Amino acid sequence: MVAHPEHRGWVRGQRRSTAVTVPDVDITAFDPEAPDKPRFIHAGLAPSDRAFNGVSTVIGVLVLVLTAAIGFFLALQLIPTIKHYGFSFFTETDWNPDQNKLGVAAALFGTVEIGLIALAIAFPLALCTALFITEFAPRRIKATLVSLVDLMAAVPSIVYGLWGFFLLQPHVLGLSRWLAEYFGWIPFLSVDTDAHSATWAETQFTASAFIAGIAVAMMVTPLTCAVMRGVFAQAPIGEREAALALGSTKWGVIRTVVLPFGRGGIIGGTMLGLGRALGETIAVLLIISLVYKVNIHALQVGAITTSSLIADRFGDSTSLQLKALLAAGFVLFALTLVVNTIAGMIVTRSRSGAATEI
Amino acid sequence: MSTESLPMPSVSGNLPDGAGEDRPRELAVRTTDDVLSFFGSLFGSLGAVWIVYGELLPEHGLLGFIVCWYLSFLALYTAVTAMSHPRPVVVDRLMRAIICAGAGIVAFALATTIIYTFVRGWPALHHMNFYTQDMNAVQPTDPLTRGGVLHAVVGSLIELAIATAVALPLGIATAVYMTEVGGPLARTVRTVVEAMTALPDLIAGLFVYTLLIVGLGMQKSGLAAAIALTITMLPIIARSAELSLRVVPGGLREAGLALGAPKWRMVWRVVLPTAGAGLATALILAFARAVGETAPVLITSGASTYFNTNPVNNPMNSLPLFVYSGVRSGEPNFITRAFGAASLLLIIVLVVFVLIRFLASRQKGSVR
Repeated sequence: MVAHPEHRGWVRGQRRSTAVTVPDVDITAFDPEAPDKPRFIHAGLAPSDRAFNGVSTVIGVLVLVLTAAIGFFLALQLIPTIKHYGFSFFTETDWNPDQNKLGVAAALFGTVEIGLIALAIAFPLALCTALFITEFAPRRIKATLVSLVDLMAAVPSIVYGLWGFFLLQPHVLGLSRWLAEYFGWIPFLSVDTDAHSATWAETQFTASAFIAGIAVAMMVTPLTCAVMRGVFAQAPIGEREAALALGSTKWGVIRTVVLPFGRGGIIGGTMLGLGRALGETIAVLLIISLVYKVNIHALQVGAITTSSLIADRFGDSTSLQLKALLAAGFVLFALTLVVNTIAGMIVTRSRSGAATEI
Repeated sequence: MSTESLPMPSVSGNLPDGAGEDRPRELAVRTTDDVLSFFGSLFGSLGAVWIVYGELLPEHGLLGFIVCWYLSFLALYTAVTAMSHPRPVVVDRLMRAIICAGAGIVAFALATTIIYTFVRGWPALHHMNFYTQDMNAVQPTDPLTRGGVLHAVVGSLIELAIATAVALPLGIATAVYMTEVGGPLARTVRTVVEAMTALPDLIAGLFVYTLLIVGLGMQKSGLAAAIALTITMLPIIARSAELSLRVVPGGLREAGLALGAPKWRMVWRVVLPTAGAGLATALILAFARAVGETAPVLITSGASTYFNTNPVNNPMNSLPLFVYSGVRSGEPNFITRAFGAASLLLIIVLVVFVLIRFLASRQKGSVR
């Protein structure tokens, strides 16, 4: 904490036996029996500093008002939307303005579905990468690897969209089919086609939530990995050495010291990644083909997320539908905010508090 | 974005015959046995999978082959190690193989992303007209020797310049307010700014669209896109600038004030220059994020095919939007142009990124 020299307040006056000449005090009038009176140090702010404080406060408040206004404006759109469509706005799956039926249920389901798929892929990859960088990588290339992870986070999402759509999709179809063939008894992985037929319906497997989830995982991985790595790197050296001194292997150190120490970072980083995955728009929009229904079959063609719904529909919306879209956006914002806040709290409260700077 | 490197854990002790010489325990010893069992398992499993997967099983495909190879490698490696080592060593090697494979997958994915974009974009990139022309009066089907992305590059730069010009001073001033002025209100500002980093970029665009374009009857234009980008950039800049201001040592501030400087001068001459590299990093982070944002510009600016330097009037194209519309058009030539534009985007991000690294390394070397 910085001590502010313009500290206004009372400082105890000191009585000294040796004479201290204080210019404006009449020594002859000095009465040793008089009670101690604190000397008032009035170091009020200079006008320039008042102006400085004022200006920066005004800007801070301005930013506060601006940003809060956006959230408030979005929240406000819920009122006319619910008034008109009722609470079925949250349960209706279709988005059909012609029949006056609008709802975000399918979109919210798809958002969470793709987010969870992305997380299921990104979590082990991020954990492995973070452990590799902190534990196994030669020290010479460690800094380079950290930069590469940061670079991966900086790649625009549309590039991952291109990658997922053009390069990944043809290669993943086989995997999708294999999963549907052998694990189709799980409803989540089933596809409405005969997976065993000799000529398989390839189009049933394209543009699915699964493929979009992989592309989103590419965006989530570096973010999650960066948080985890930051926490792992702070695992106390003494405990590492203690484990090694007891004859532990590298994995033993990881299991008994690094992972327990970094638990907060692992959970928090993963949730931060989830927050990012929920809001992703353009890569998902490029890959999936939109269907306005709850599609539980993750491998099958067609999905919808809140942000792709908005990007698809904003152009031909009337004022009321636009309000409904904004309300859907607010629901998404609230969801992301809750996830991010919990993540932030977990990372900060864990033993490794300094890892929140992502 | 810290690059702290972890000192290798070393256990030292006085060796009985070492004449007091400390020697760290060697942690990464690799004996011939280790090397041989690794490569033996690798090639042994390759051979087995080659025969079983390629000849006997009904499945085929490169992905399946590699997965099977890896799994049987793990099994073989475990078995070989278990013959001569105790259980902890077996588990250690198994986990090591899994962790390295996970990191390898990530590295492979990143490499393919970047290389694939450049390879697909190359046919467009090596024509000069790609950099000097716009798409005005160019059909999507026209050969790659006609048309280019100049309008998109210029549009991106104009939008980003406006957004930066607004977001940078506001963001840094907010950070200064949060760290130098402080108080309960500053904590509220910090909470709200942090919350706004959770705002999905698309929602910022939709907000601008509803309020300015539908509500106030503004045109779809570069300015609207710039405002949406500002909303995206502002919390990022404010947050990371605050982080770098917070690590400015208090002693420097006190020294400045003790020399009699008023607070504003202390902030201007001491705090901001000390945090300079960190502030630049904040700017560049936000810039790298904003340059690739597609969703907000998709909603607010509209795609144009012609050169437009006026941000207030008429749609203005930008690089990510060009990529998006190119891919959506489905024309092979246009898709190639889109990949070319995506390569340019990647180059911009890479350049910005190298700048960050450079600044960060300079900051590390500076006197603290």
